[in-house]
Parts: sequence; structure tokens; C-alpha cells
Amino acid sequence: MLQLNGFTCIRDGEPLFVPVDTVINAGDVVQIAGPNGAGKTTLLRSLCGLFDSCEGEILWQGKPIMRAKHEFLAQLLYLGHHPGVKKSLTARENLEWFAGVNGEACALDVESVLAKVGLDGYADIHCHQMSAGQHRRVGLARLHFDASPLWILDEPFTAIDKQGVERLEAKIQEHAAMGGTVILTTHQALSFSHYRTIDLIKYTEAFDGVTHV
Amino acid sequence: MIVAFRHKGELANPLIFFLMVVVFIPLGISPEKAVLTVLAPGMIWVIALLATLLSLDGLFRSDFDDGSLEQMLLSPQPLPWLVLTKIVAHWLMTGIPLMLLTPLLGTMLYLPAEGYLPLMISLLIGTGSMSLIGSIGAALTVGLRKGGLILSLVVMPLYVPVLIFGASAVNEAVQGFAYTGQIAILGAMFVSALVLAPFAVAGALRISVNT
Repeated sequence: MLQLNGFTCIRDGEPLFVPVDTVINAGDVVQIAGPNGAGKTTLLRSLCGLFDSCEGEILWQGKPIMRAKHEFLAQLLYLGHHPGVKKSLTARENLEWFAGVNGEACALDVESVLAKVGLDGYADIHCHQMSAGQHRRVGLARLHFDASPLWILDEPFTAIDKQGVERLEAKIQEHAAMGGTVILTTHQALSFSHYRTIDLIKYTEAFDGVTHV
Repeated sequence: MIVAFRHKGELANPLIFFLMVVVFIPLGISPEKAVLTVLAPGMIWVIALLATLLSLDGLFRSDFDDGSLEQMLLSPQPLPWLVLTKIVAHWLMTGIPLMLLTPLLGTMLYLPAEGYLPLMISLLIGTGSMSLIGSIGAALTVGLRKGGLILSLVVMPLYVPVLIFGASAVNEAVQGFAYTGQIAILGAMFVSALVLAPFAVAGALRISVNT
């Protein structure tokens, strides 16, 4: 599905991490790990095509992502460090915006989607009145109505309470079981077992070799 | 597909700026009718331009900060379209209210009666061009921490033609000449900006986010 060949990101003329070679298939859950500053977020952003100062190639179903951009984007759900939730809008409006921008057929049932992330009754509350965790949950609610098979999640567990983490892990497993792919960064170990970890090694700390996963 | 961009809280800011400057002009220069009548067309246009400039910095700033901009870039919808909806929203929030305020301001500055219609028409088209052109600057500078000053420097020269033709349309009308020529040129600028700006903005946003 997604293939990285000797892939690394370049910042200030230096590779960020030791080049990665890997194949990510449908049904995989992949955790990107590594120390702060190793380039986890940058790697995720370049997987989405938001960052293009890179070496090596990323192939999506055999084609470079830049070449197959439209099909790629239609299948992608990216949840960044900033989840893209507008504080001046209510939870409902935020979700409708996401659905609109992603061109989902608007059979969006906001109430039930929010109930799934534990925010029932918050549909018409402005997001600036919410706590950091609730804010984050509004972003995560997208996972419950977006049909894209490829999820790229940057630190999805930050600011989420224990119960929320369990729910999110269950959702990730369910998605993988249905043939979806999840690529995420997080520092904590996931509670389920069938996932694999790509450890990014800072380039400045290891000058030779290629990480094979 | 309609993307609703609502609840823009900064709506009042440029309008109040606009109103204040117009109130201060008679106090600072002279309340004489003869003086103000001469100044009015150009003054109103200059202030409208500055008010638009003031509002531009916020156009993509909040989207950039909260991550919505990335989501727009990753949307399967064509980016120039999404950008155009943002620009139209900006214009509806600044250009149109400015235009609607002008009759009041014209009265305060003793604008001759013949000047009102051309002033409103030229502002209607002109603010549209200014939103479009300005959004290119806003998109280029959104990634910078303090982009406001550079934004003004980038956009200002591009506003000059709009200002010249806009103000001259009103002046011609006040002096009793035909002003359709200037309006036609403003219209031409608007249409070319409408066609080209969304693509320029889309490209500029891709560069700005690529950090």
C-alpha cells in the first residue's frame, strides 16, 4: 500500500533520521517512535505531502504520492499536532466543516459521532469553552465518520484521559481489522500486540546503515 | 458543495478604523466644506484600502495556527476553490460593509451628490480586487511569525492601480465627466484577479506550510 525506499527528511541540508525502508500494508498499525527532534512529525507530514524536502521515495500503490496525489488525498485522513478544530465554532460546525472539506456524502449524524468520543451533549458548545482533552476529542471524532482507509495520526493520545485512550485504541484496532492502515506517533506503548514500531534514529547519532523494520 | 466559514469575530475592526479616520479628518485638517469636498473621494478610497490591508493578516492566520490550513491542503477538493470561498467570505466581511458605510462617510466629508454612486460601484469592485490580491500576500506571509509588515510591503504596490482608478472614477464623476472607463478598468482588474489569484494563493499556501 505504502512503500518507503531509503526515505529521510532533509532539514538545513542534513538528513533528520537514518533512512527508512519499509512496506506498510492494508491492515497494519505502525507506530513511529524516536526521541524528540528525530523527525517523527516531519516524517508524517512528508507522508501526506505537506513537506517535500526529502530524499528517497514514497510509493502509494506503486506510484509516487506526488503523481497520484488526488487518489491519495481522497484516501487519507491526517490528524496533526493541531487537530484543525476551530475554537470559535461549535463541535457540530467543526465536524460539518471537516465533512464538507473532505467531500463526504453528508450523512453525518453529529450527535452519535460525538457520543462515540464521549462528548454527548456537547454538539452546540463552542470549542473555546472546552478543555484541551475535549478539544482533542472533537478532532478525533472524525475517525468515526471518515471512510478514508489510511489514517495518519500525530500524537493522538495527548491530553486524552485513560478511558479515551482505551476507546481510541479500540477504534484503531477496529479500523485495522477492517483492512485500514494506521500510522501514528506516540511515546507510550499501545495496549494491544499486533502492531509494529519503526524507530527513527537521529542521523547525527548514527552515520551509517539503514534501519530495516 | 458549500463550505461555510462563519463567525468571524474580527468583522468590526476594519470598519471602526474606517469610521474613526473619517471622523478625525475634519478635526485634523479643516471642517470647511470647500476643503473636504476636494479631499473626500481620494480620502475615502485611501482609508478603504488601509482598512482592507488591516484585515488581511488574519485571513489565513488562525487556520494556520489551529491546523485547519493543513486540512484544507489535504482535502481532495481542489485547493483554489477552497481558497476562493475563503476570499469571498473575507470580501463579504470587509468589502461589502465598507461599501455600505460609504454614504454615511460621504456625508460627513461633504462628498458631492454625483460622487456617491461611482464611489459605491468602484468600492464594490475595488474591494473585491483588493481581497483577491491581498490574499496572495497573506498566503505568502502566513508562515512567518511577524508577517504583518512584510505583508503590507508586498501588497501595497499591487494596490496602487486599484486606488488610482477607483479614486479617479469618483473624481471624474464629481467634475461631471463620464466615469465608465475607470469602472471598466477596475472590472478588468477584478476579473483577472478573480481568475488568477486563487491559483497563486493555493501555491503560496503550499509553500508556507512546507516548513
